[in-house]
Amino acid sequence: MPTITTLPSFDAAINRFDPVMGMEVHVELGTTTKMFCGCSTEFGAEPNAQVCPTCLGLPGSLPVVNRVAVESAIRIGLALNCRIAEHCRFARKNYFYPDMPKNFQVSQYDEPIAFDGWTDVTVDTDDGARVFRIGIERAHMEEDTGKSLHVGGATGRIHGASHSLLDYNRAGIPLIEIVTKPIEVPPALAPAVARAYVTELRELIRALGVSEARMELGQMRCDANVSLKPTGASSFGTRTETKNVNSLRSVERAVTYEIRRQAAALDSGTAIVQETRHWHEDTGETTAGRVKEEAEDYRYFPEPDLVPVAPARDWVEQLRGTLPEPPAARRSRLQAEWGFTDLEMRDVVNAGAVGLVEETIAAGADAAGAKKWWLGVVARTANERGAGIDEVGITPADVARVQTLIGEGTLNDKLARQVVEGVLAGEGSPDEVVTARGLAIVSDDAALGTAVDGAIAAMPDVAEKIRGGNMGAVGALIGAVMKATGGQADAKRVRELIVERLSG
Amino acid sequence: MPSISRDEVAHLARLARLDLQSDEVDHLAGQLDQIIDAVGQVAQVAADDIPPTSHALPVTNVFRPDELRPCLSAEAALSGAPEAEDGRFRVPQILGEEQ
Repeated sequence: MPTITTLPSFDAAINRFDPVMGMEVHVELGTTTKMFCGCSTEFGAEPNAQVCPTCLGLPGSLPVVNRVAVESAIRIGLALNCRIAEHCRFARKNYFYPDMPKNFQVSQYDEPIAFDGWTDVTVDTDDGARVFRIGIERAHMEEDTGKSLHVGGATGRIHGASHSLLDYNRAGIPLIEIVTKPIEVPPALAPAVARAYVTELRELIRALGVSEARMELGQMRCDANVSLKPTGASSFGTRTETKNVNSLRSVERAVTYEIRRQAAALDSGTAIVQETRHWHEDTGETTAGRVKEEAEDYRYFPEPDLVPVAPARDWVEQLRGTLPEPPAARRSRLQAEWGFTDLEMRDVVNAGAVGLVEETIAAGADAAGAKKWWLGVVARTANERGAGIDEVGITPADVARVQTLIGEGTLNDKLARQVVEGVLAGEGSPDEVVTARGLAIVSDDAALGTAVDGAIAAMPDVAEKIRGGNMGAVGALIGAVMKATGGQADAKRVRELIVERLSG
Repeated sequence: MPSISRDEVAHLARLARLDLQSDEVDHLAGQLDQIIDAVGQVAQVAADDIPPTSHALPVTNVFRPDELRPCLSAEAALSGAPEAEDGRFRVPQILGEEQ
């Protein structure tokens, strides 16, 4: 097999081949209970503490569908411009693997609840932003699987493990699987379009409030199908499915890698095998998994324990009325309201800070100030901690308060930064940090006067220049006062005091 | 021409993790063929306007509210397991891939 060092460059690959992509995204719904039973879906419980006879598949138990999960599925479908089935059934997907204790997963097969939709995604190109319409094949309901822990092999891998341990807390949590139609875009943009689609979907899911869609927690998981065909050809090549590509950046990297790998194989006359592939975040490569045609013999049949779902049209229309403003429309509206350039808005969107900036402005901050803090020190801190920008302990209200303190003259930019750092360090609210660290601007004449006198005494030559009318030299004295007061002096008042003393 | 071939029976046995001997496959292939033929007779009388039946009751939209119900304790959940370890079900070495 070729390794990554011998692959053609991406540019060389797309010179000879056109990629076709298909994205399959699983979204774990944020319902209180599981898809078919009343067990909690709360993350982080002790193993097997959130299971019952139904999700363990014990004899005699019967599943009943969670109404909120169906509503969420319909709302996702509507937000993706899908048609909603008038009548659809659940199906059993049969396979022997211990991640499902029942030896089947309840899913939907030939009758998805939502189908035939689309969503638009925007990609930055050298020629400016371009919009591509991604077709949605279907969105269907299913249940999540349990978590396996492989023991005895290297680094928890299944290979070489002596046995495995199963936690079924996740088994039965509602999932919506969203499948695109084949995506054909200008080859050079394919990886970026794949990423933009997953980004857009994540924002849509969050706007709907049906899931937090945090990829790092597995609440949103992406499989990327890629095939190549010779440039200009019409029939598709054989595809591979790279599983569990679980960050936005990885989506782009995995698609890029698969395009290069398949180009290398096709160049050398090797046929592409229809198989699943594993994505390796560390090396940026994919490796072969199971061969599809052997493994995918799931013997689907209608789930006899669940009656069909037939959403009444008035219910569907009522749910349509609950849809939020589409993310793209919302972004345009907010950009206009905030007066941001395309570039500024893109930075806010890429940082995942649209909602945070919006809330900060609602709490009283100006747009530029709100953006500055979230995209500056807060984003850097989040990055350092490997956390979300909304998970580092500072709220929109805190940021707005800092801006207010600047506006009131209590803080300058330098002090404000220290206040934000204090809040991020868990030292309390902005006001508490100001008090505890003694960060407020000093504009008290008595205190400043002492520092001003000290600076004049320390720099008699500078003082002489100012007495001689050289006002440009005032800066040096202000700098000395600021240094002496740890940056807390009110610079404007310091200037006035210096001028008063030296022009008398 | 049988409705189900010997190879298909062997394939299904493999998917169902049944370790069938060659003579057992022959035996079951014949039996399954008869069952499929019997069921097939239904198809002969089904008119085009009769959709295939998957559920015996004409009921749809049975939902429950998204409200917590008591679940089992981990101890109770594991009590019927042949083997458990660290609060988890212990299963033998898995051959093959994650699904």
